[in-house]
This record gives sequence, C-alpha cells and structure tokens, in this order.
Amino acid sequence: MAAIELRGLTKVYPGGVKALDALDLVIPDGEFFALLGPSGCGKTTLLRTIAGLEAASGGSVLIGERDVTGTQPGGRDVAMVFQDYALFPHMDVTDNIAYPLRIKKVDKATRRDKAAEVGARLGLEQLMDRRPGQLSGGQQQRVALARVMATQAQAFLFDEPLSNLDARLRLEARTFLKKLQRELGVTTVFVTHDQAEALAMADRMAVMEAGHIRQIGTPAEVFRRPVNTFVAGFIGSTPMNLLDGLVRGDTLEVAGCKVAVPALAEGRLSDGEKIVYGVRPEYMTYSDEPAEGGIGGKVAIVENLGASHLVTLDVNDVIVQAVVPEGSEPAVGDDGYAVPRSDRALVYRDGELVS
Amino acid sequence: MTPRFVLGRIGFYTLIAVLLAFFTIPLLWLVTAPFTSDPTYEVRMPDFTWENFQAVLEHPYALPSLWNSLVLSVGTALLVVVMAALAAYALSRVRLPGRDALLYALLLLSSIITGTAAMVPLFQLAVELNLIDSQLGLILILTGGLLPAAIFMLKDFMDSTPKSYEESARVFGASPLQIVRHVVVPLVRPGLATIAVWSIANVWGNFLMPYLLLSDVEKQPAAVITYTLYTEGGQANLRMLSTFGLLYSVPVVLMYLFVSKKYGFRFHGGIKR
Amino acid sequence: MAQAISPPEVIDGDPSGRRGGYSSDAAGLGRLRAGAFVAPALLLIAAFLVFPALWVLYLGLTNYRLTGAAAAEPQFVGLDNFLDAVANPTFWNSTWLTLQFVLGSAVIGQVVLGFTIAWVLRDRRGPLKRLVEGLVILAWILPSAVVSFLWVALLDRDGGTLNALLGIPGFAWLLDHPMLSIIIFNTWRGTAFSMMLYGAALGNVPPSHLESARLAGASGWQQLRDVVFPHIRGHILTNLLLISLWTFNDFSPFLLTAGGPDGRSEVLAVHVYKVALQSGELGYGAAVSTIILLINLVVAVFYLRLLRSKK
Repeated sequence: MAAIELRGLTKVYPGGVKALDALDLVIPDGEFFALLGPSGCGKTTLLRTIAGLEAASGGSVLIGERDVTGTQPGGRDVAMVFQDYALFPHMDVTDNIAYPLRIKKVDKATRRDKAAEVGARLGLEQLMDRRPGQLSGGQQQRVALARVMATQAQAFLFDEPLSNLDARLRLEARTFLKKLQRELGVTTVFVTHDQAEALAMADRMAVMEAGHIRQIGTPAEVFRRPVNTFVAGFIGSTPMNLLDGLVRGDTLEVAGCKVAVPALAEGRLSDGEKIVYGVRPEYMTYSDEPAEGGIGGKVAIVENLGASHLVTLDVNDVIVQAVVPEGSEPAVGDDGYAVPRSDRALVYRDGELVS
Repeated sequence: MTPRFVLGRIGFYTLIAVLLAFFTIPLLWLVTAPFTSDPTYEVRMPDFTWENFQAVLEHPYALPSLWNSLVLSVGTALLVVVMAALAAYALSRVRLPGRDALLYALLLLSSIITGTAAMVPLFQLAVELNLIDSQLGLILILTGGLLPAAIFMLKDFMDSTPKSYEESARVFGASPLQIVRHVVVPLVRPGLATIAVWSIANVWGNFLMPYLLLSDVEKQPAAVITYTLYTEGGQANLRMLSTFGLLYSVPVVLMYLFVSKKYGFRFHGGIKR
Repeated sequence: MAQAISPPEVIDGDPSGRRGGYSSDAAGLGRLRAGAFVAPALLLIAAFLVFPALWVLYLGLTNYRLTGAAAAEPQFVGLDNFLDAVANPTFWNSTWLTLQFVLGSAVIGQVVLGFTIAWVLRDRRGPLKRLVEGLVILAWILPSAVVSFLWVALLDRDGGTLNALLGIPGFAWLLDHPMLSIIIFNTWRGTAFSMMLYGAALGNVPPSHLESARLAGASGWQQLRDVVFPHIRGHILTNLLLISLWTFNDFSPFLLTAGGPDGRSEVLAVHVYKVALQSGELGYGAAVSTIILLINLVVAVFYLRLLRSKK
C-alpha cells in the first residue's frame, strides 16, 4: 500500500487541448480519495494518467515514493475498475477474477483458490461459473472489485464506479464500497461527476474544473467552505444562493436587503466593495415575520424534498432559496423572510472566498 | 372484404407464385438429375438411383477437384483472416501516420481492381514469377484480392469493440501480445468467423482466377472442372455434371445455413464479392 | 441501467506527448509493432493488387503479345492500343453490349425485382417469406459454374425445361437471343443482394411515418412515393452503384455463352479475355483493361463520396 503523489502533472492532447494543467496533489496511504468535477474537467484523464493509460506530457507521478511516470501501466502496481467494468465476456467469473494472477504466472490451482477466496468475501460463491453476460449490474461490479482485490495492488483506481447501476442499487453500492475500502485499507482514487457520491464516500476529495484542481479537502470542508464560487455552485444537492452584493459600512447590501457580515469575512472587507454573498439554502432560517438581518420577499415556488421543503423567494427580482422543515412550509404568494446563519454564510471577492 | 382487398390478395399470390416459379425452375434440374438413371436436359421425376454418385467417385478428376477447391478456399481464408486481423487491429487501435488515407485507398482498390480488370497483368505476373499451376501462387493472388475488403470489414468490427477490455488487461500487467491472445482474439471471434466464411465462399465459387492460372487438370478446383465437363468433349456427360454440380454446391448451402443459424442472417453490405 | 450522465471524456492516442518510451494505445502495441502487424497484408496487397493495376497501365502502352516476336521484346507504342480500341468496331460492340447488360440485368432487373420482393414481403413473417428469400439467396450463393450450367440446361434448344414448359421446342435462346438470356440469367443470379438491402432499408422506415400517411388516407402508391422513397433514397443510390460495378465486371456471361455466337454477347469482361488471353494480344487487352479500371474508378469514387456524405 502506498501514497500517490503528483508533481506538476500536465497532459496536452494533440491539437493543443490542455486536459491537465500542472497539477500537484498528494494522496496519503490508505485514503479513499474522490476526483469530482463536471464532464470534460479532466478527472478521467487524471485517473488514466495515474494508471499509465495516458502518457503525461509533463510533471511526474509517484506511487509509494517511486517515480512511475515512464513506467508501463502493468508495472505501476495499481489496479483499475473501469466504468463498464471491462469484465472479459469470454471468461467465467473465476477466470475473470484470476486473470491478474494468470499474468503473474501464478499456477492454476493457486489461482482458482485465490479467486474462490476473494469471490466468497464479496458474496460471489454461487456465481463463480457464470459468464459476465449472465450477471446483474451489481454482481458485475462486485466481480470487477474482486478482480482488483486479487491483484493485491498498492492502489486502486475506480472510474465512475457507480454510474452503471440504477438509482436504488447505487445507494447500496455506495455503502458497500466505503465499507470495503475501510476494511482493505488500500489507497483508492475514484472519479465521479456526482457530488453527492463524492461527499458520501470520500475521505478527501479534489474538485476539478478545466484541467485545474479548484479545491482539495474533506467533504465537510468542501461543503461548508467552498473556496471559490465554482466549487460553491457545484457542491450541494440544492445549489448555494450566490447573490451579488455591496459592502455598506459594517453590513452588506444583498438583493436590496441588509444582512450582517459573516463571521469568516469580518474585518476583511472595505466599504463600497462589490462582493458575492453565498449561503446554502440549508443554512437559512425561514420565518413568516420580518426578522433582523433577514432577506425578505414573496414566496414564488415551494418544492417538496420529502422531510423538508425548498422555498423559492422572489426578493426584488432576485431568486433566494431556503430549506424549510416539514410542517412549517409557507404557501405561494406569502411574504417570507430568510435569515442566513452568520457562521455558515460566505463572502466571495472576484470569485475567491474571503477568509 | 372489399373487392379491392380480394383483388389485392389475388395479385399478391399471383406475384409470389411467379417469383417462386422463376427462382425454382432453374434449380429443379440440380436436385432431380443426379438421382435419375439417364438424365436429359429436361426436368423429370427421378427414379432415385445412386449410380451417378458412383460415377463421380470413379471419375479421375472429380473428387480431387473438390479437394483442390477446399485447399484453395481454406488456405486463402486462413491467410486472409490472420493478415486482415493483424492489420485491422493495428489500424483500429494505433494512430499510424496516414491511416485514414490508407483505409480510403484500400476501399477504393478493393472495389476497382477486379478480376476482370486485372486478369491480363495477373496472368503475366504469374508467368513471370513461375506461379502458373501453383496452388500457393493462386492462394496468394486470391488473398491479395480479398484482403482490402476484409481489413475494412474487420476494422469496422474492432472499432465497435470497447477499448476498456484491453486497457484493463494492460493495467494488470499483460504484455501487448498477451492482450491480443487472451482478450482481443476471443472478443472478435465472431468477426473472424464472418471473414473466414466470406473468404471461403468467395474462393469456392471463383472461376476466373483458377481458370486463368491453373492449366494442370490435377490442380484445378471444382469450378474449372465443372466448366470443362460441359464445354469439352462433344456431348456433355449429364450424369457426371448434375451429380458433381450437386456435390460441389452442397457445402456452400450448408455453410450458409450454418451462418444464418449461428449469427442470424445479418446484412453485410457486399459480403459476397 | 442508469447511464453515465457525463459523456466519456476525450481519450485518445498521444503522439506528441510520449515520454518514457511507451505508447498510449489500448494494448500498448506501439507504432513499431503496429507497423509490423500491418506490413504483411500491405505487402500482399501491393504485390497482387496494386502492382498488377499499375502494370496494366504500362502494358497498355506496349505491343506485348503472348507469343511471337513481340513477346520477347515488347515495344513501347504509346497510345496506339487505345486508338486501336476506339477504332475497333468489336470494342464498341462490346461496350454497347456491356451497357445493355448493366442496364438490363442490374439497374432494371435486380433493382426492380429486388425491391418488389422486399416490398411485398415487408410485413410478413413465417414460412412463405423464408421460402421466397431462401430461394432468391440460393440463386446468389451457388457457385457460378454450377448455376451457369443449370441455365444452359434450362435454355437448351431441344431438351430444355423452359421450351418444354412454354411448348416451343426448338427455340434457341442462347443462339438467337444471347443478350436476353444472360440478362435474365444475371437478374436471377444477383437479385438477392438488392432484395436484402431494400429489406433492411424498408425495416428502417419508421412505422409511425407510414401510419401517419395511412391516417391521412394515402394509397399504397402514395405511401411509397411520399414516405418510403425519400427514406431509402440513399440505399437506392448505394445499391445502384454497387451492383452496376459488380455487373460491369462480371465474368459469368462467359460461362453461359462464351461471348458468342459471333460476339453477340461479348461484354467487355469477356472481350478482354478473348483478345488478351485467347488471341494473345496482351497490349491491346491491357488497354481495354485500363479503360475498365477507369470506369470502375469513376463509379467507386462516386460511391465513396456518397458514403462520406452520409457520415
């Protein structure tokens, strides 16, 4: 098991598209690490460059303090689960799981034993003689996982491990994957475009945009304190309110309302400055009565989220959203006031967090 | 049941009957004459004799020519499959310089350089290289003719096979040749089978090339022997011709039935020629 | 199965950014090995397909003969062979016969018959459809030497089945109407390709389009004209070009009539064989081959253009 380190890693495609732009990243031994970003941000390219399937144009990749930048994929001691699992359709489950051992010239009996052992651990005992085409999506995923486990590699790479499962199975697999990684303790990097998946599973994560890492941190850090407006807008099931505002003395004017300067930005703003005020709908306290430091407007839409409601306020033609607990949701057309939590609200200057 | 509907039905079945007659009548002789004691050109009810098959067995060139057809077609198919598979794989997966131009040229070549257009130089080439009456020479020439289309069809097939299988094997440490052997060949096996069947069918029925390049009657395939049987020696021997023609045709029909059963009859543009 | 929301990111080979001496194609083959994979096939193609085609261009400019003085020392004669061909009535006769053969058997015979069969059987399943299709395909897959003789037997003047059926014994099809015979023969032989192509094309016409035409009260003919033809226009053109090319190069008329009687069915393919390999005038034969190659080239380029524009 080993740490993964990237130094100034750059990937330029022929034609000049820069998929990765001088990335630096350290993933400590045993960590479950997520690469998150919208499609085309370079996250899959990054994973494939770590695996060696793409050759780096500059910089270096270190696995377990060994520079593997010029090493063939097979020599890097990593194992990868592909988005489509890439289970060989002409081999049964046993042979698929044992394939990495076959390459390492392990004898047949040992291979079968090892495959049976790993298969049993993932609950595949009954399926060992089947072909991948006879398995469900969830079973195929477990076979793919068993196959990488059989390699006993230093690090695992997962490319969108959940995207081929249907929605209900995805939640189950999420828990399963996280538990498995905990137990194995192998450094694991996975790529996802789904921020909820990254938040739920990862120990730490990197949010990527256009070949750059925009933030690295634990899910809690990234959720609570996005360091720029890109991350702020990308993370969260309901998007963060990002409202243009002005500094007026020791308060802020946002959407025509007066709000307090958030704790984090206190003493760091100058009068008259243009800023972006950010607060998650979850971090707003909603009331029907005018409230001190509240943003007031007309209720435009109420969406049911199950245990809570998402209320959309029209505040002087600006949209502001707040999450309201079950039972106290307003009706459309009511007057409403949303008070941001000062310890959770954020201020961005030129797109970057003021802190 | 409007009169229009009835007329439509009558028209439909008349058309089908005419079509069936048009396509069946020429074939009837092939299935009746071999079982008739003294066949004439006319289709008659056979008396189910096996004597004609006996005659074919005894003919000095009949069975050997079927064997020659088999040698030529299987030999060509093997060469075509191996060479086309290697080339198609490399062209599908590696960005070789000039790849697109090469593929375009291959497609163009395979459609314009036909046996008809190239028979004069091929004949001369065979004379110069001492390949007249050489089955190996004929196999090489036939392979050269079939390869461009085979490469093109196989490359299409390989392009539609996901790369992640090979990449997966590669991350596990398999060498390129191991990947080809363990993963690629099993994955594209249906494509290889298609090309093999296509090549065999092509060579099995080919008349012009062996007719031009093999003058030794002991080396000639069934296509040439069939032609010789009905053009040489005055009155055609109808017993021989019909029975031999049937034996020569049966493998093609069996192969067609096998392919359409195994793969379902998928439509491959221009698969035959 | 839920699908990935993000499309696969660009993954591609990287000729410029190679480091550490390894290639980034899927199997790690590398250009050198890839070149070695392609080379054997290209060598064979170069030797037995490209070289002959170039050689035919050269031969056409010489007075090469199979036997005699010109066989030992062929002379360069420039365009004489082409001028000979243009001045030779036999060449023009063959060209005219070839045109009849292509138009009659391919463009009219195979296309019309193939489309008709595909159209009347389009909504049918079951044994009748399988029987008709099976017979049509059988005519296509049997060896040409065999089917040619089947037609020789069918059309025989005295004992042939056709004359017996029609009650006109003694009618010499192959002698009196050789072109008609080979045109009908080739229609019979080659309809399968057009039938299958149109069958596939008709299967791709969206049923909802036909249904909405029917709801609007269109007759069968109107449905064909307004819905089906616009949809399969590309297929028709593909089909026409391919079968014209094949029929133009088809040598099987030789098996039926050997070009006779008196050259009355000597299409260009047979003409080349007769002058070059039977009479031994290789130079002249090569000149005619060159003309065939050029015509093939025009049709093929047209066809490839069409394929490209479809993509």
